[in-house]
Amino acid sequence: MDDYVIEMLNITKEFPGIRANDNVTLQLRRGEVHALLGENGAGKSTLMSVLFGLYQPELGTIKKNGQVVEIKNPNDANALNIGMVHQHFKLVEIFSVLDNIILGVEPNQAGFLQKKEAREKVLRLSEQYGLKVDPDAKIEEISVGMQQRTEILKMLYRDNEILIFDEPTAVLTPQEIDELIQIMKELRAEGKSILFITHKLNEIMAVADRCTVLRKGKCIGTVDIADTTKEELSRMMVGRDVSFEVEKAPIHLGDVVLEVRNVTVPSPRHKNNSVKDVSFDVRRGEIVCLAGIEGNGQTEFVYSLTGLTKQSSGTFRLCGKDISHATVRQRSKDGMSHIPEDRHKHGLVLDYTLEQNLVLQRYWQPQFQHGGFINFGAVRTYAAGLIEQYDIRSGQGPTTISRSMSGGNQQKAIIAREIDKEPELLVAVQPTRGLDVGAIEYIHKQLVAQRDAGKAVLLVSLELDEVMNVSDRILVMYEGEIVGEFDPKQTSVQELGLYMAGAKRMEGGK
Amino acid sequence: MLLLKYTLIYAVVFMLVALGGMFSERSGIINIALEGIMIIGALGGVIALGLMPAGTAPAVLVLVSILISALAGMIYSLLLAFASIHLKADQTIGGTALNMLAMALGIVIARGYNGSTLAKIEYNNKPFLFEVGGLTINVFLILGIALLLISFVTLYRTKFGLRLMACGEHPQAADSVGINVYKMRYAGVMISGVLGGIGGLAYVIPSVSSWNFEVGVTGAGFLSLAVMIFGQWKPLRIAFAAIFFAIFKALANIADSIDLLAALGWSRDIYNMMPFIASMIVLAFTSKKSRAPKAEGIPYDKGQR
Repeated sequence: MDDYVIEMLNITKEFPGIRANDNVTLQLRRGEVHALLGENGAGKSTLMSVLFGLYQPELGTIKKNGQVVEIKNPNDANALNIGMVHQHFKLVEIFSVLDNIILGVEPNQAGFLQKKEAREKVLRLSEQYGLKVDPDAKIEEISVGMQQRTEILKMLYRDNEILIFDEPTAVLTPQEIDELIQIMKELRAEGKSILFITHKLNEIMAVADRCTVLRKGKCIGTVDIADTTKEELSRMMVGRDVSFEVEKAPIHLGDVVLEVRNVTVPSPRHKNNSVKDVSFDVRRGEIVCLAGIEGNGQTEFVYSLTGLTKQSSGTFRLCGKDISHATVRQRSKDGMSHIPEDRHKHGLVLDYTLEQNLVLQRYWQPQFQHGGFINFGAVRTYAAGLIEQYDIRSGQGPTTISRSMSGGNQQKAIIAREIDKEPELLVAVQPTRGLDVGAIEYIHKQLVAQRDAGKAVLLVSLELDEVMNVSDRILVMYEGEIVGEFDPKQTSVQELGLYMAGAKRMEGGK
Repeated sequence: MLLLKYTLIYAVVFMLVALGGMFSERSGIINIALEGIMIIGALGGVIALGLMPAGTAPAVLVLVSILISALAGMIYSLLLAFASIHLKADQTIGGTALNMLAMALGIVIARGYNGSTLAKIEYNNKPFLFEVGGLTINVFLILGIALLLISFVTLYRTKFGLRLMACGEHPQAADSVGINVYKMRYAGVMISGVLGGIGGLAYVIPSVSSWNFEVGVTGAGFLSLAVMIFGQWKPLRIAFAAIFFAIFKALANIADSIDLLAALGWSRDIYNMMPFIASMIVLAFTSKKSRAPKAEGIPYDKGQR
């Protein structure tokens, strides 16, 4: 007889037009780390929202320690010692760490706050679990990693026994991910039961005991991590074999498409330059990857390349034409497509419909407007075509509000829009960030297809696997400079790492 | 001496009303209706004062009229709360509508009270005033200082204050730890009604013994909004900002009676404009660093994540 602390039995939850959870069963053992794996939109977050009392299921029961319980709101969940670290942190930025932890369960005497004992408890917990925080620091001043530790302390402060982590690693650096995994192991050792929502297989293999896989709202199965492999898990998640290798045709180099010469970009934050005297070319038929650790000038470089900010010196030439001072629209017309780093900020107008977002690079063209009035019929037809061709999944087709779509499908919409305008140069910045393996595979294929079609692709990536697999040429950026150029076939992740960390650089570097 | 007297009068008014605005905005509701709330509060207090029989003890007169003005302001502010919390109306438009309504309502009620076409109400303000060393002080000064301390403690030292600020900054976070955002926002707006109402009475009573409601409260509510912003939604800073603005406002009142200023021969209108011009200049310089409650103005919708 298994010792289940939480059982979610035959849960069905419907939203208009979609069955987000279809007869899903999840059983959490006491003291285990249980991963919940699935693609974007598979229903993981919905299932956890049901457990946390944010949604009421149409069918199914929840049991705690074998007793049927009803969870109508987060307070009920709290009372059952269920806590959750939300994907988007629920922290008040102007409050201190301590105030955020006690918010809602404030120790008080006749309404007056008594923070002393709270502080002691927080410090004790932070010591016990190795969760380093400064209780008096303001949230807006601390790192994302520390914010996450604050969220974890929030749960521990409430003596929660069941801890839900909703995609906790999406916002963390590799070092912070390692720390988090360590923390989760410690929590498990202390007898806490953990539900870990993710689509990153490496992390599941590293920390989880068991894993339940969801696909399109259905429960595919629960497996012991000890008896399974990454390949097996990804097959369960996607429903077919996923290749981690990217297939590419042999390289056929053509003319130079993008010529970058001596570009320097000032930093928005400090006095130093973010990008220092960078020069390189990108030619037809190749994928050039700009690799580096986050914050080494890649973002600023792309901003100036795409026209979002101005470089202080240097030139960009696109197919021979000087675009150094051209407007964003002009660069786009001249053949530059941009898959931006932040798809919510620069990629989509989130409150527009899908079709409006899809036509965003084209609405001024004669087939979509007449005398300033948009031809909605043409837009609808065009959008429907792209949705079909790029397999963009959404609740209401062209009229879906973009905000309501999953991250993977939002990214597909951007890719459809940017590739369909048949660019000469495709600039893709972290195009797979936060996406599941199925979507990553899809996006890599699209990039390679552009390359094979004789376009130039500039990929900016932080993921070394992606850098090694997709690119034809790697440029490593460190502190705003290009410190090395590599052929992915003749280098290793270890070697790249040394350059990315600034431990080595090529003499007379490019 | 005159300058000090008027500065104190206006400083208390601006401070009270701005503190009211602070509670509302800290809970996440933009309260542009302060002007209207002041009118209704002043009207309620003045009428209560007039309706009480002649022999009533001064302390009772003072206490009851202040309570009535607070109550009137609170009830009027409930309109804003209902529109912006329940109906999720645009808070700026809702507040503006309430200001216009209050102006008209003030005239209608004042005329009805007088039984004539005059909107000017006369009252006895003596019970509110007393002399300290040759300086005329009004009870609102003492009340104001007390309310400032209470506001400070409430906001920063109580459970209620912590929760209120959370609702104005990140209502989803507040909700996720079991705080009822709607309830907190109602509380914030109602406190602003109470303080705004008292502020209205404090504006009309001490300086004159009659008030013509055709002029509403002559922009004092809007100046208080500027005070609140200049005070960065923080009680102590609001107190200082209130004094700063009150000096300008007082200057406008007494420019004629100060020899030095009278000798300049400037039009009275210039002094009347001063507080507003000062507020524009101050806001132009401070708005860049200004940090309003993050979620203010956005109706909270439980369903949206």
